[in-house]
Amino acid sequence: MDGSVRALVEAIVGMREKEAVELAQALLDAGGNPLELLDACREGVEAVGQRFEKGEYFLPELMLAGEILAQISGMVKARVAAEASAREKRLGRVVIGTVKGDIHDIGKSIVSFLLDANGFEVIDLGVDVLPERFVEAVRQFEPQVVGMSCLLTLAYDPMKETVRVLEDAGLRDRVKVMIGGAATNDQIRVYTGADAWGRDAMEAVSLARAWVGR
Amino acid sequence: MFPESWQKLSAHEKYEERFKAWISPPNVRFANPEVEKSFKQRVQRIKDVVELKKPDRIPVCPNIGFFPAKYAGITAQEAMYDYQKLGAAWKKYHQDFLPDSLASCMLATPGKVFEILDYRLYRWPGRGTPPDTPYQCVEAEYMREDEYDALIRDPSAYWMRVYLPRVFGALEAWGLLPPFTDVVEMPFTGAFMVPIGMPQVQRSFEVLLEAGRAAVEWVQAAGAVDAEIMGTLGVPSVLGGFSKAPFDTLGDTLRGTRGIMLDIYRRPGKLLEALERLVPVMVELGVRTAAMSGNPMVFIPLHKGADGFLSRENFSRFYWPTLKAVLLGLIDEGLVPWVFVEGSYNQRLDFLADRDLPPGRIVWMFDQTDMVRVKEMLGGVACFAGNVPVTMLKAGTPEEVRRYVRDLIEKVAQDGGFILATGGVVDDAEPESFRAMIEAGKEYGVYR
Repeated sequence: MDGSVRALVEAIVGMREKEAVELAQALLDAGGNPLELLDACREGVEAVGQRFEKGEYFLPELMLAGEILAQISGMVKARVAAEASAREKRLGRVVIGTVKGDIHDIGKSIVSFLLDANGFEVIDLGVDVLPERFVEAVRQFEPQVVGMSCLLTLAYDPMKETVRVLEDAGLRDRVKVMIGGAATNDQIRVYTGADAWGRDAMEAVSLARAWVGR
Repeated sequence: MFPESWQKLSAHEKYEERFKAWISPPNVRFANPEVEKSFKQRVQRIKDVVELKKPDRIPVCPNIGFFPAKYAGITAQEAMYDYQKLGAAWKKYHQDFLPDSLASCMLATPGKVFEILDYRLYRWPGRGTPPDTPYQCVEAEYMREDEYDALIRDPSAYWMRVYLPRVFGALEAWGLLPPFTDVVEMPFTGAFMVPIGMPQVQRSFEVLLEAGRAAVEWVQAAGAVDAEIMGTLGVPSVLGGFSKAPFDTLGDTLRGTRGIMLDIYRRPGKLLEALERLVPVMVELGVRTAAMSGNPMVFIPLHKGADGFLSRENFSRFYWPTLKAVLLGLIDEGLVPWVFVEGSYNQRLDFLADRDLPPGRIVWMFDQTDMVRVKEMLGGVACFAGNVPVTMLKAGTPEEVRRYVRDLIEKVAQDGGFILATGGVVDDAEPESFRAMIEAGKEYGVYR
């Protein structure tokens, strides 16, 4: 990796938004390889995730990293159309959503972002997702992992119901189910029948990695 | 209600006056002298623990959301629209569990009022969430990133002319209103009135009047339920007024989580200026709402400062100073901030123990924070409350709940200054587990 690509990674990790975007633009203008640029961004965001895991970075840093990544991806896509994102090899696939009755999306979206940045293909079903939609998505996308998010205590029963509906559909053995959100803990994992729960977004990444053997 | 020399009273004298008013509420008719006695006893317990004393027994004050609806078998939608059903459900909850604090049925909020206004900051049962699910906030940037100067210049005008038209569909036309500060001289005043005559503005005021009538209908119905529960069961409300940390006001209401988190990096100076600007606004909100209710406790839910949201450095720079200023402003008016510390604050307890905050004037109600650490940091400094997990009330056994309550009291409550509360807001719980919490609190909470 040449010096300016390294500088780009460092600018992302150092939360220097303007510098990162300008460096990326300069690299593209100088005929740099757009795919290499995207790899650099991914490396930067992964490092941000690691700092988050260590308790050095928090929401502002995750969100700013997401912003920088989005801006640079936009610039790259304007140059090389779709083939850039299509060629990436992925560690595995995760279907994720906030469960029925709950419309909170910030935690869930951060998990999606970090899973994506860490090499997973993420199918984000959004919020207020009915159990049947989880089932459909598992059939269609054949993920290794299903992630369910909630903020409300009233979402425990919908989580439990979603696990049951996956079982009824004969799909439960094909996926690992993880839950997360401020109102979850191990007791709720047992209650809902999920395989694991995570306290924060990086735990979701660790769980998914372990399940796909990476 | 208060002496004419109010402004000359010290913070402590104001505090005493406010408790005197609370312990003898003029708007509550007690069914008999025993009920009145138990009401006063419950208020006195709160006063004792606020002042870090040992009362006769620990007050048991669960933090209640829509649990009374669920328990009585009505939907959240019915609770928000049908005041008969609302009243019956909330009365049943208090009769069956007899906690030491009122779960005001007003927290269910009036769906009709929001429907008339076409409120967009929230979704609620029947309007975006299922009938049995409580109202939920819709995160968005209701204030744009380039509007900091307008907010800082005049928060009221910003709220009225920019924010309200965005969150209330029915008040979209208020973007056409001039600021009321235009009314300076007679020649300016004619011009000021002209936009108010425009058809769309006229319509918006008609809708506003309708919403006001619906709000009065609600407050009369719901207020009567609360007063009846207080008068027949002797259960006082511990939520007098309300306010917010300026960072949360800006982050929850105006900029959204994403917006305010990015502002920390992109425009820290403007963000700090706006936070400062909101301090007197939030103090005034707490003072006024507490005075209206005749109850000195000011409820402040904390959101975006919890562990995991901000680094310590950013917390100490962006979150804490203006929250502290609001707390001091309220305490200076003789009020008691009742701060609901949502999430966990394990890495922030040293801030809460700030020596500038006078001892015995705040209640910190904890959710997932380690209560033993809380006792170490806040014991003898401030009253603390907590933290029976709502997960346990839903998925645990009554025996497990009893054990948790007993252990908690043994570990942290022996010196007084403690309120037994739930960690989170209870929307859903197993009734027997919930009962176990109340009963264990009353049993193990007696000081001998």
